Amino acid sequence: MTISVFIVIIVGCAFLCLYRLHKGPSAPDRAVALDILGTLLVGFCALYAVKTQRELYLTMGIAWALLSFAVTIALAKYLEGKAFDE
Amino acid sequence: MNELIGKILIGIGVGFDFFGALGLVRLPDVYNRLQAATKCVTIGTCFILVGAGVAVGTSGLVVTSLLCAAFVLVTSPVGAHALARGSHKGGVPLWEGSVMDKYEDDIDRVEHKEHDPSKVAYGSEESS
Repeated sequence: MTISVFIVIIVGCAFLCLYRLHKGPSAPDRAVALDILGTLLVGFCALYAVKTQRELYLTMGIAWALLSFAVTIALAKYLEGKAFDE
Repeated sequence: MNELIGKILIGIGVGFDFFGALGLVRLPDVYNRLQAATKCVTIGTCFILVGAGVAVGTSGLVVTSLLCAAFVLVTSPVGAHALARGSHKGGVPLWEGSVMDKYEDDIDRVEHKEHDPSKVAYGSEESS
């Protein structure tokens, strides 16, 4: 029961991030929102693992964190105005 | 008992996450948003992961959640620092209420090379 309430709050936070992703006036705002959304979804995966008592969802969370980190680094390189091999 | 402690930890983490997302929506420019959201959401997600490990308590899930927490704790500040550096070098302006920009000063100092390289280290000049 409590876990379900927490999941609802986390999904609400994810929608706040999506609002910033939609509204953000420039590209860096959207990149920041995407980074934060990735970290929030790792927390969502952990909550879902507690709710279903299965380890599979935490493994999904690790994979998602790795992917989110790579995306953030690539976006930062892009925002700097350089190519990826400089 | 374990489940209660885990749920308390998860609740603390969810609170941190909520305030981080609120900062992401409310604050005025890229750097302020990045600072608020990254710090709050990183520590909040770590609390959630540790709380999940405590609440469930099977060995595989505990190991996985601690690994995931360590990974998030290491990579999220690195990514945020890269984003801040990239957007500063890409020419994103600061909020008009900002009072100082130390990074800009450092870039000027390194690019113009008007100082002895031994004095470029942090705080060695204005300290007197």
